[in-house]
Amino acid sequence: MGKTITEKIFAAHLVDQPFEGTNVLSLDVVMCHEITTPIAIADLEWRKKDRVFDPKKIKAVIDHVTPSKDSKSAMQAKIIRDWAHRHSIKDFFDVGANGVCHALFPEKGFIRPGYTVIMGDSHTCTHGAFGAFAAGVGTTDLEVGILKGVCAFRQPKSIKVTIEGTVPESVYAKDIILHIINQLTVNGATDHVIEFSGPVVESFDMEQRMTLCNMAIEAGGTSGLCMPDRVTAQYLWPFISEDYDNDIESAVEDFKKWHSDPDAQYTKELTIDVSELQPVVTVGYKPDQVKNVKEISDQKIDQVYIGSCTNGRISDLREAAAVTKGKKLAFGVRGIVSPATPDIYRQAMKEGLIDIFMEAGYCVANPTCGACLGMSTGVLAEGEVCVSTTNRNFNGRMGKGGMVHLASPSTAAASGIKGHLTDPRDVV
Amino acid sequence: MKKFGGEVLFLDRSDINTDEIIPAKYLTEVKKEALAPYLLEDLNLEGFDPAGKWRGKARVVVTRDNFGCGSSREHAPWALEVNDITCVIASSYARIFRQNVFNCGMMAIELPQEEIEKIFTLADSEQVTCEIDLDNKKLLFSSADKKIESPFALSGFDEALVKAGGWVEFADAKY
Repeated sequence: MGKTITEKIFAAHLVDQPFEGTNVLSLDVVMCHEITTPIAIADLEWRKKDRVFDPKKIKAVIDHVTPSKDSKSAMQAKIIRDWAHRHSIKDFFDVGANGVCHALFPEKGFIRPGYTVIMGDSHTCTHGAFGAFAAGVGTTDLEVGILKGVCAFRQPKSIKVTIEGTVPESVYAKDIILHIINQLTVNGATDHVIEFSGPVVESFDMEQRMTLCNMAIEAGGTSGLCMPDRVTAQYLWPFISEDYDNDIESAVEDFKKWHSDPDAQYTKELTIDVSELQPVVTVGYKPDQVKNVKEISDQKIDQVYIGSCTNGRISDLREAAAVTKGKKLAFGVRGIVSPATPDIYRQAMKEGLIDIFMEAGYCVANPTCGACLGMSTGVLAEGEVCVSTTNRNFNGRMGKGGMVHLASPSTAAASGIKGHLTDPRDVV
Repeated sequence: MKKFGGEVLFLDRSDINTDEIIPAKYLTEVKKEALAPYLLEDLNLEGFDPAGKWRGKARVVVTRDNFGCGSSREHAPWALEVNDITCVIASSYARIFRQNVFNCGMMAIELPQEEIEKIFTLADSEQVTCEIDLDNKKLLFSSADKKIESPFALSGFDEALVKAGGWVEFADAKY
């Protein structure tokens, strides 16, 4: 019987099966940020086990609250900073060089097809876009990952989502993934990996694939995954060209060993034709509550947020800037744009995108996860409404009593101009 | 091994997320104990009072589907733990939350929806307690006038984590 990509990665990394259905896997990369890692560090110190399994396989960043906003966040930053220095973790990104983890780490070339990756962050599934098994974990799993380079997972099951048709104008990867979560529901993929495949996924660049995989967790998925192909090889080429003797064809060929077999087994298969899809937003407090923007376009907004690990990449900023160019934010609407990494920020400056946002009245914030989870830089007041390119609309997520409507950068930007939720096709 | 069982707090809603269990603004704490007062502070559940009389007394939570969805923050089980709530009983969990609970040596027991429905018939009683017999895998719920016994299952791994007191000790001894 054929195997899924996840089964192949599990088989290649299996260290132990201490109990039936429990797979202890070796880890290729352990990623860390300053919110969930400091307690792991403190616990390792307390247990007199302040060691790391391999400093080269650990990547760390301060990204959720940065620069520090108060004494407590300063202490969190200090703990991870001192730890990274103490253990010679070279790939550590501090103020000035830091960016949103799931945008920064792929940009630095830390991920490969077939890798196993964990991080104390639920959106670690983003890295599955490269054909890796990348899963969010809690602090204890992270702690064991740091110490021993292993993590335990249940037997993987997979859901195959095939995306076909022609992507309509003003519809983006974000609209497609929101539509898929609506179909799967918020726990439809629990204990499953979602494989995204089909002609639309194959035509997507890595940024669009990351947007799809980023939100697999919002359907409960352990990870989201795309098959590694020429697009993957081109993205990673600056980091892998020597491994393949400067022959990209051999990389593309090699990546095929991580493709699911045609006769692999899936728990569920879902085919989506996107040809008739419209720009969508979430309503309510669950990411599977999704409506066409046109159905809820009377909803007024107080804030637009463009950024995060879902949609803070350069293509997202281009998309939002294309809608915003030459226009102003509606009276009374605050706009915040946070390019997800310093390189994205610089590129956006070079292309004049930052100018477009500033002309329109946006505040351009440094790269950070801050507003997405209501920790800093853009928290909502009670009763306020935000259209946001982030990934979660839970009650209180961006601030107690606030309402978040998740949308594509294009829809968010259009809504900012009109002052209410707006289909980007209605902004001329 | 931790102590399990005691007074029950019923949370009659599905999809209770980790932001509701412990809001992100408290994630700058580096000591678990500091989280104690903020447990369930933002829970969106009609009639629920985060400062209610369950506080300081509840030892077991009974709830519905997909408990603990959302963020990977282990602060969610820790916020329960520092309030001496070491066992959650639900019809299903989000994967990361569930693993975090067992990784802390606590229990996230999964029961069929019909069984959860039966247990919820006690929810209006003045006081409901739950005894947990780990050896025989049985839960005994008691109110003033009613008792319900529910068998449960734990995987070999989950039981080993509960008995070892969590994943760090288990993994460090073995790998």
